[in-house]
Parts: sequence; C-alpha cells; structure tokens
Amino acid sequence: MMFLRRQLPLLITMVTGLVMAAQYYVPHPASEQLLTTVTKWLQIIGGFALVLGITSLFHVHASKIRRKEAGWAYSLVLYVGMLGTIIVGLWNGGKESVDGALTSFGWVYSYTLVPLQGTMFAILAFFIASAAYRSFRARSREAAVLLVAAVIVMMGRVPLGEYMLPISGDLSSWILNVLNASVRRAILIGVSLGAVALSFKIIFGVERSYLGGGKE
Amino acid sequence: MDLSFDVILGAWIATGLTLFILSFLYEDNPLFKLAEHLYVGVSLGYTIVKTYDTVVMTLIVHPILDKGEWSLLIPVAIGMLMLTRYVPKAAWLSRYAFAFIVGIGAGLAIPRTISSFILKQIEDTVRPLLAAAPGGGITFDYSLLNPASHLNGIIILIGVVSVLFYFFFSVEHSGPGKAVARAGILFLMISFGAAFGYTVMARMSLLIGRLTDLIEFSDASYGRPTLWLFLLTVATLIVLSRRGNAHPPKQ
Repeated sequence: MMFLRRQLPLLITMVTGLVMAAQYYVPHPASEQLLTTVTKWLQIIGGFALVLGITSLFHVHASKIRRKEAGWAYSLVLYVGMLGTIIVGLWNGGKESVDGALTSFGWVYSYTLVPLQGTMFAILAFFIASAAYRSFRARSREAAVLLVAAVIVMMGRVPLGEYMLPISGDLSSWILNVLNASVRRAILIGVSLGAVALSFKIIFGVERSYLGGGKE
Repeated sequence: MDLSFDVILGAWIATGLTLFILSFLYEDNPLFKLAEHLYVGVSLGYTIVKTYDTVVMTLIVHPILDKGEWSLLIPVAIGMLMLTRYVPKAAWLSRYAFAFIVGIGAGLAIPRTISSFILKQIEDTVRPLLAAAPGGGITFDYSLLNPASHLNGIIILIGVVSVLFYFFFSVEHSGPGKAVARAGILFLMISFGAAFGYTVMARMSLLIGRLTDLIEFSDASYGRPTLWLFLLTVATLIVLSRRGNAHPPKQ
C-alpha cells in the first residue's frame, strides 16, 4: 500500500518528466504527436483543477450564507451573479455573438463583466499613485533614480508629456527597450536557472511537496 | 438615434456598476461591496461557461462522439482522480493526477527553459561589439534609439552582468564587486521605475475608457444614466455616512 500511495506517484512523475524532456530532442512526427496529445490532455486535466477551485469558493460562500455571517447578503449576490451567468452562457452555448449579433451571454460580458473589470483595475491607478506618493519621495539616490525613470516613462506614454518634454518619448522607449530589457533579461536568466533546478529536483523525487501531506 | 431596450438597459447597468466601484475612492461602502461580489460571481460564471465550452465540449465530448477518440477518456479519468480530494479515504488517489501534471510540466520545462530563456537570452546579450563595414573595415553604431545598436548592446551587457552579479551571493560584494553590484542596483531601480510608470499609464488608459463610457451614457438617448445614477450613488453615500455617524460601531 505504501508503494501505491507514495512511491508510485513519484515514479509517475519521474517517467513522465523524463519522457517529456527527451521528447524535445527527438525530431520525429511521433514525438511531435506525443507533445500535441499531452498538451491537449493537460488542458483537459486543467479543467478538473478548476472544478477544485470553484468548489472551494462555493463552499466558503455557502457556509457564510448558511450561518448568516456578517456580509452574507454579498455572498448571495455572488451566487446570483455566477448562476445567472452560467445559465445565460449555457443557454447560448458559450457564444458571445452569433452572426455578428450580441447574444444574451455577450450582453452580460459587455455590460457587466467589462465595466466591472475595467473599473476595478482603473481604481488601482489611484492607489498606486497614492502609494507612490508615500514611498517614492527621493530619500536616497536609488529612490530618486526610480522616481525619475517612472516620471519619464509616464510622460513618454502620453501626448501631453511629449508636448511638455519632447525628448520624453524617445527617452521612455530607450529606458523600456534597453535598460528595462537588460534587467528583465537578467531576472529571466536567474529565474530560469531556478526553474530548471526545481524541475530536476521534482523529476528525481527530491522535491515532493506537490504531493501534499496527510496520511502516507 | 433610436436605441434598443437591451442597449439602454446595458448602459444603465454598466454605468451603475462603474459608479459603484468608483465610490470606493470615497470610502469602503455597501455599493462597492455589492459590485465587487457581483464582479467575482460574474467572472467566475464566465470562466465556468468558457471552460465548459472549450474543454468539456470542444476537447472531450465532440472528439469522442464525432471522431471516436476514446483515448481522451484517459485524461478525463486522471482529472476525476483530482476530485477524490473530497473523499478523505481516497484522497491519496489525487496524487496520481498531480504527479502526472507536475511530471509533464517539469519535463517540458527543462529543455525549453534552457533553450529559450537561458541560451537564447545569453546569445542576444553577448553580441559582437563591432560590425564589418560594407566597404571594408569596421563600424560602430552609436545610435541610442536603435535597441540593436552596438552602444545599446554594451549597455545591455553591462546591465545583465551587473544585475546577475547583484543577485549572486556566493562572493562578497566588496572592492570592484561592490561597484558592479551598485551598478546592478541602479539598473534594477530604473527597471522598477519604468515598470511602475508603465503600469500606472495602463491603469489610466482603463480609467479613460470607463470615463469615455460614462460620458457617452450621459446622452439623452440612453436616458442620462450617468447623471441619475451619479446622484443616486452620492445620495446613498450621504445616507450611509449619516447612518454611520448616528450608530458608530461599538468599540
């Protein structure tokens, strides 16, 4: 039983990991087919992972409503919004538009989800600006550099900024395409080295936390 | 301009939800919470429907029923194993599903990450510092506006090396190493500043989009929802504020 519960999952990880790593080095149609199939399989399994997440959220809000905890009515709003969208979406076969005409599912998307999402992210601009005001004051040389770079990029992204400081457009592009690119590249190399090391640890069973705890 | 009922209704709902969320800029209030929970519910419902359409119907049901691809029952079975987490006695079976996903992910990541994110990035960083001129001899491109110029190539090389060195803790950052690490910090600060500025402007762009809609929906053809719902939101906030003052929360 110990083999089935602990060692077989590790063996599955090792075999699938080694096979998929080897697949990259085999330029054969069968190898390409394997990659296509496995990618499709991962998408299907990912759908079930979504079920896990949604069930958890369902459970949290259901218990809030059942116990009439503070703010339970908002959980009810969440349920109504979710179930309403699901019913409308399934009714329209998941299509937002048919022959160019908006379906009721597309209507929910355009007049509910888009404004909600857009405004929710838009108000972050105010919070970022307020956080910046508090933390960006040029108290050190590094903070001053950060502040200047941020101001130049912000000015370079809008016509008014370019009108006030004509060089800001070119300077902004240079900062983004050269200085920012070099830092992103360095971070990407570092993160990738870490990801490769972690992948080796997973394949060879050194890293096992993804299997979870609980009974052996 | 004659607008259909669904467009007018949509304009009223979109305007109301936009104003409810913007009301958070004043303070946290029930209108914002209502819109916030509706946002979570609707986006969740949307994700469920899209997943049902793209995964269940497109990847499972249609290929099995129309093309007889019965092998697709294997990932379905593996996916079902994930759901055993809800049955304590059989929860260990879900490890097979996680082992499969993590194993494949790790296997796919190793060669692709090395190739695309390490070797390719190093290749693009370590470029020739000079180029052969068409008529013979050598040339050096000083243009800062061309990211591929030789001068920018040197700047990128210095940036990548100094930032990598800054995160390399196996040697002490002293002497010349300290200067390199300092250069790395400066590059990092410029990058963080650029990322900040870029994010703020992206959010501003979203805000402009929402305000454009509010201006459009203030038109008489929609029934001026922006005006009426703005007054309603302000009135509600005043009432809620007064009620809050009359019944302060218990300490």
